[in-house]
Amino acid sequence: MPPPTDGLHVELRQERPIPLAVTLDCKTGEVLALVGPSGSGKSTILRTIAGIYTPQQGLIDAGGETWLDTAAGVRRPAHERSVGFVFQHYALFPHLSALDNVMQAMGHVPPDERRERALRLIERTNLAGLEARRPARLSGGQQQRVAVARALARDPKVLLLDEPFSAVDQVTRDKLYEELAALRRDLRIPIILVTHALDEASMLADRMCILHRGSTLQADTPLAVATRPVSPLVARLVGLKNIFEAEVAGHDAHRKVTHIRWFDAALEARHAPQFRTGARVAWSIPAAHIILHRRDRPSRGERENPVAGEIVRCLPMGEMTAVALRVVHGEKTDIFFSVPTHVAERNGLAVGETARVSLLAEGIHLMPATHP
Amino acid sequence: MDGAALLLSLQLALLTVVILVPVGIVAGRWLATRDFMARPLVEAIFALPLVLPPTVLGYYLLVAMGAASPVGRWYEAATGHPLVFTFDGLLLASVIFNLPFAIQPLQRAFEAIPEDLRHAASCCGLTSWQSLWRIELPLAWTGLLSAAVLTFAHTLGEFGVVLMVGGSIPGETKTVAIAIYDRVQGFDMAGAGLMSALLLALSIVAITVTYWTSARQRRKHASAD
Repeated sequence: MPPPTDGLHVELRQERPIPLAVTLDCKTGEVLALVGPSGSGKSTILRTIAGIYTPQQGLIDAGGETWLDTAAGVRRPAHERSVGFVFQHYALFPHLSALDNVMQAMGHVPPDERRERALRLIERTNLAGLEARRPARLSGGQQQRVAVARALARDPKVLLLDEPFSAVDQVTRDKLYEELAALRRDLRIPIILVTHALDEASMLADRMCILHRGSTLQADTPLAVATRPVSPLVARLVGLKNIFEAEVAGHDAHRKVTHIRWFDAALEARHAPQFRTGARVAWSIPAAHIILHRRDRPSRGERENPVAGEIVRCLPMGEMTAVALRVVHGEKTDIFFSVPTHVAERNGLAVGETARVSLLAEGIHLMPATHP
Repeated sequence: MDGAALLLSLQLALLTVVILVPVGIVAGRWLATRDFMARPLVEAIFALPLVLPPTVLGYYLLVAMGAASPVGRWYEAATGHPLVFTFDGLLLASVIFNLPFAIQPLQRAFEAIPEDLRHAASCCGLTSWQSLWRIELPLAWTGLLSAAVLTFAHTLGEFGVVLMVGGSIPGETKTVAIAIYDRVQGFDMAGAGLMSALLLALSIVAITVTYWTSARQRRKHASAD
């Protein structure tokens, strides 16, 4: 596939020291989140795009320019790539004021215009009045804003954000989320956000790319990845706890459901005709698609995939109570879900008690089994 | 007081600092930022003057710079006079035996700069040279000051290597350290004492200035945090 003429196209291959097998595209104006556990290679990918790390094989095209093409012997040094990079701990120059930090990235701007443009960026990132302060005299959130202003001062073709919210408290983080969401509306460049927080990726990114040991496992919208992971590994990486194995019992094309057999239970799942009858599959269900049957009166959808079991964990956590329901003794069949604490109390949920739930068919997603 | 020897020592120390500080910046930054297999060997070679007895180092320098050596022959052919027992030879020896005093403080100072700051400088579009001038040297200036002060003070006090390579030619290679030794040999304890006190005072001032600036820098960072 030829690389796009605008946006960002990245292909990386490397065996060691850090294994990489990544292909990703990010369109102009799009936010792509790289999500994965520590050591999955997400920061290395960002550094490779910026030019501060060179893999054994790679191709990087950004805004119509080739920054890296190992096959053709092209390797543009970092200072010649127009990237805006917000480092995890911001990497602000400690001996320079906020304004001077921003101005350092303006080598491409005529000298007499730099100060005025830097002041505009300072204002745009809500730092007006703090331009003379050095980084040590700024709060974490203010430092992050200086880092963003400095990254934008380069007039970058690509904006790279390496876990930019990890070093601030939750209140500041929420505020910065809003600021970044507002800022990105005006930016007509690809934005790559590295994060290990799924909620952050879901909130800020148009698409997310799940990485594991340097490989792309799935790239799709946050909703698609969360509800339709391509494998049990992706399901685990996006935080799904309810991942099981079953056998395909048949398909009903008319009702758009697939029947699966899970131990003694016959369940209906979202239609997945790609799996033949009799095949072993993995299936997952988000906690939001598990409905607790009320004891006092009928519940919504209680005839849909009803399952009973023994409560083996019931842990109130503020307004919500985390529940684990063991469906078949001696097997790994604990179903995890949460209910409001007052609902748990009203229904007498406690360890050792029996409870019934419905597994909503639209939430049951089939995947190839881990072991064929 | 041997004024000529003192002047010669100051001249030698100043020139050594002028030559070695740029060398220390380049070598210190190189060692601080590059990872290569032979690095321990290169660091060991630069640190050798710290552990070698000055007479041993002086002996090798004498042999390497003597009239029979390629360096000595080349120098004599180019300038018309030998390298050993001259001020130029003494300066070259001084530069070599002060290498660790110039390189190590600067290497440590460059190592203390977080790698991300260098990367941030590159991502800002700064070349390696611009990054050195605008970002790294301002952050490594206490290391630079230490390198200059230690080199200066150590040159003033060096005895063994100076005697081996330079001898004791008044006005040419006789430094204040040699002059003190000569005064003691001639039972002029008052003259030796005066010059020793001067060297002691200079050394104390130099080292105090280094520690004071380092402490000031630390306090500044601590209060900023």
